[in-house]
Amino acid sequence: MSQYSEKVMEHFAHPRNVGEMENPDGVGRVGNPTCGDIMNLYLKVKDGVITDATFKTFGCGAAIATSSMVTELVKGKTVKEALSISNRAVAEALGGLPPIKMHCSVLAEEALKAALDDYVARQGKKPE
Amino acid sequence: MNPIYMDHAATTPTDQRVVEAMLPYFGEIYGNPSSLHGFGQEARAAVEAARAEIARFLGAKPTEIVFTSGGTESDNFAIKGTAWAKRKRGNHIITSAIEHHAVLESCRFLEKEGFRVTYLPVDGDGLVAPADVAGAITDQTILISIMHANNEIGTIQPIAEIGRIAKEKGIGFHTDAVQTFGHLPINVDELNIDLLSASAHKLYGPKGIGLLYIRKGTKLTPLMHGGDQENGRRASTQNVPGIVGFAKAAELAAASMHEEMARLTSLRDRLIRGLFERLDGIRLNGHPTRRLPNNINLSVESIEGEGIILSLDMMGIACSTGSACTSSSLEPSHCLLAIGLPHELSHGSIRFSLGKQTREGDIDAVLEALPQVVGRLRAMSPLYDQKNLKEREESR
Repeated sequence: MSQYSEKVMEHFAHPRNVGEMENPDGVGRVGNPTCGDIMNLYLKVKDGVITDATFKTFGCGAAIATSSMVTELVKGKTVKEALSISNRAVAEALGGLPPIKMHCSVLAEEALKAALDDYVARQGKKPE
Repeated sequence: MNPIYMDHAATTPTDQRVVEAMLPYFGEIYGNPSSLHGFGQEARAAVEAARAEIARFLGAKPTEIVFTSGGTESDNFAIKGTAWAKRKRGNHIITSAIEHHAVLESCRFLEKEGFRVTYLPVDGDGLVAPADVAGAITDQTILISIMHANNEIGTIQPIAEIGRIAKEKGIGFHTDAVQTFGHLPINVDELNIDLLSASAHKLYGPKGIGLLYIRKGTKLTPLMHGGDQENGRRASTQNVPGIVGFAKAAELAAASMHEEMARLTSLRDRLIRGLFERLDGIRLNGHPTRRLPNNINLSVESIEGEGIILSLDMMGIACSTGSACTSSSLEPSHCLLAIGLPHELSHGSIRFSLGKQTREGDIDAVLEALPQVVGRLRAMSPLYDQKNLKEREESR
């Protein structure tokens, strides 16, 4: 299907970092089955740096590709750097998305923000 | 592996014999059928022979066949043409919730002009109840439009009964037969049809040519104004090669229809049976037996249809998520919602539509490929986990 870039198709065919994470430091769950997309993003953070990221996604090809790409983009970034990753950055890294599928990149950004918020919240509660 | 095409409900390849029948009508016999000279008359003879062939196929008279640009135009013509011609008599139209968009959008357009439209619900198998049609009729009803078979879920409607009700009440009856013309026997008198839409490219004919059968005496306001072609029903120079090709396609379809129906039904059921043996969490959409011989529409739990289509496409298997006309829209199929599927299941629907080149080996290739694809996508899906967890908890 030519509506997707090669990069999107490549990430859809061979998604990186699929799966649930054991003992994650932050989890973001966004979307709902009615709208047709659900994204769960799991983060492992050490000393303020994201060391691992995985996902599980229910959605179209673009939703799977954006999930895969966002996990790749955040790895090795600090929490602060990761907060500045926008949906446009995810879409651009994939060589663009069809206009009708841009909401998938928004969902990826939201999943990331939710996972980072969850991480920060967990840190606050952690007895030092 | 050769690519496998299982999207014949979207379109079919033009049969080589159809192409050959059409070829002389580009360069050699190029006259305008409305011209009085020999060039024109030769083209006119071809158009009229084609019209007679197609009329015979439907049990109609040649003068009752109007050639159009395709199914969409025919549906628009039948619905708007009736509404505009009969607006003094009444303003009410009855149709169903699962019609093709060409019918539904024509009706919505007319609603803006003040017409009232009843969109009848369907049951879980996609059937319209004839009693519901009878119950919806008012003294304002001017048209009943119910499709012969549904393009997405393949359910064949009881149009003979609906046609009888329409006739008893003296109301015009239109049927969109785009998916059945050339595939199922149709006789316009036996089925009490006043208006019927068909399109050549669904039966191995060329794209861009369709027809509207218009029972003699049926009043319709034309959509196209200009010359007096097609008995004054549709202005525009006839698409001579298209019309010749359409008739050839109908002739070929008539010659092999019953054999092909039996062959496709057996392949269809082999695919359905095989998939149910190999996959859990799937659902067959549409009626189990009153369905098009070539249609398989499935919902797969926990994953989205698009991912399945893309994955199968990478493996050389072409199928679709319902209607090709709406694949750029994010909305779940109106047909699947109408049969009562929840949103998440209607997002996970796929349609295989078989055709003349489909062989057992192709069915087996799908039976091999689809479980792999579903397994891979479910492994990525958070919904599949939750579902399994719930089942495990329940079985405890």
